[in-house]
Amino acid sequence: MKLSNQFPYSLYQLGDHAVTIELGFTIDETTHEKVMQVFQYLQLQKTPEIRDIIPAYASVSIVFDLYKLMLDYPELTENPMMERVNDLLSGFVPSDLVRGTLKRIPVCYDLSLALDMEAMASQKKMFISDLVELHLSVIYKVYMIGFIPGFAYMGKVPDLLVTPRKAEPRRRVEAGSIGIAGAQTGIYPLACPGGWNIIGRTPLQMFDANRQKPVLLEPGDRVQFEPISLKDFNLLNHRI
Amino acid sequence: MSIEILKAGIADSIHDTGRYGYQFQGINPAGVMDPLAAMVANFLVGNPAGEAVIEFHFPAAVLQFDKTMIGALSGADFSASIHGIDIPLNTPFLIAKGDILQFTHLQNGACCYLALRGGLAIEPWLNSKSTNAAAAMGGWCGRFLKKGDVLPVQDTTDYAEAISHSKEKTLPWKLYLKDFYRTNQPVRLLSGHEWELLTEESKLKLLKSAFTISAQSNRMAYRLQGGRLQTINPVSMLSSAVTKGTLQLLPNGQLALLMADHQTTGGYPRIAHVISADVPVLAQSGPLSSIHFTLVSQQTATQAFKKQQDALYSMQKGCDLQLNRWLINFSL
Repeated sequence: MKLSNQFPYSLYQLGDHAVTIELGFTIDETTHEKVMQVFQYLQLQKTPEIRDIIPAYASVSIVFDLYKLMLDYPELTENPMMERVNDLLSGFVPSDLVRGTLKRIPVCYDLSLALDMEAMASQKKMFISDLVELHLSVIYKVYMIGFIPGFAYMGKVPDLLVTPRKAEPRRRVEAGSIGIAGAQTGIYPLACPGGWNIIGRTPLQMFDANRQKPVLLEPGDRVQFEPISLKDFNLLNHRI
Repeated sequence: MSIEILKAGIADSIHDTGRYGYQFQGINPAGVMDPLAAMVANFLVGNPAGEAVIEFHFPAAVLQFDKTMIGALSGADFSASIHGIDIPLNTPFLIAKGDILQFTHLQNGACCYLALRGGLAIEPWLNSKSTNAAAAMGGWCGRFLKKGDVLPVQDTTDYAEAISHSKEKTLPWKLYLKDFYRTNQPVRLLSGHEWELLTEESKLKLLKSAFTISAQSNRMAYRLQGGRLQTINPVSMLSSAVTKGTLQLLPNGQLALLMADHQTTGGYPRIAHVISADVPVLAQSGPLSSIHFTLVSQQTATQAFKKQQDALYSMQKGCDLQLNRWLINFSL
């Protein structure tokens, strides 16, 4: 099926109360632009039977209040959820994408915080300073937020930085830690177990429940990392 | 006007039906494990379906009430009592000032819910009173209840006169929920998007053999012990949304069944999904329970859920009628 000539898609059910709209199969900007177009369109159409709309790398999922859907749309008898999604998508017109904002994020690459930097440098036979330069050389796109509150999946890192997840995840990765997994880079908003290669840490609170908007980054945002010294990190770091 | 936790349970927390609308920010919905029991407890005391309740796991907390209240328990049977008087499930009961509620034996089930008329007077976070363990927010201080916590309640009505006129602790009506929980029957699944990636042998294994809910299970996911499943080819997937009831195949061939505290996205094959109507019975199957699975159609899933919810809301009407009649008697 197609939303328009540029938007081939397929639908599949995620159990009896959610549907995924698949728009591609790779991590790339073109696919993600389609994801954001569909996400923004659906957010504007959002009606009470829709509980959540979740964009990812190449898909958008809609979570339904199944009972409300059946009460509000009694005419949909065959497969209420799929029929409703098809109805919603039939009105789709690609509109101007609301551009995400560019966010500057200070990072300290000091080895006391960049726990996996030395291992990466020796494995890649590269200087640590070159790894840092490479990580700073790209403006990253926030493809999706998932895993835990506010965890931003960003990409892509330069090919030379691509590193598989660690075989043994750490039991605790500190909040603010910046990691690499494959071609993705991400920031741990909260302390939690994790398997990404840690190459630095930001003093910014990526997730603060008491802010009106608890999450600093949203899908579609762009991120530019800015290097700071350990001294500046300690000055800016207000975590206990 | 509050409830004090005299002794902590192992994992008691406050939940409503969940925090929706924020999953695109990675904020998971959480919410009660057994939505059916939580609804029933709320309906019995005249609350709306989505009011916050206390979810108890066994061993559960000991609580003391500092005012008169009307409460109801539903879900797991933990032999609840107040000063030696048994408090049965699925019936409203009267709470006198100073009453101490305790749970002494695990009879059956895994999650017991206490609803109080008027609900709990706690601040919602992002429109929900559910505890979010990952963010340490919502519910009561974003965590399990502990000794010394004092939970404020909304209701200011004084039921002392009604209590002095009542011979029994419980009010004279009760709901029967046996038909809602299909026990000793296979848990019903819808096939997932990655179902066809399984080998034929693994499909059969899933549908023909028993799985045990591991003791390492929690509110996030049930780890299932049983035969290991395999895909025909190695699978590499882009992360995308997962939901309550999603059955994920982990790289080691074992299964993780996502429950109320599930994360918002995942990258493992989603081989199947438990239907909404069977989430309650699953929530009440505690660690070491044995389960079987069977595949059904979307139509069966939808109809089963509709039937369940229709029945629950018609029960709500009955509950409101009884309770209002009783309250009018005492000019309450």
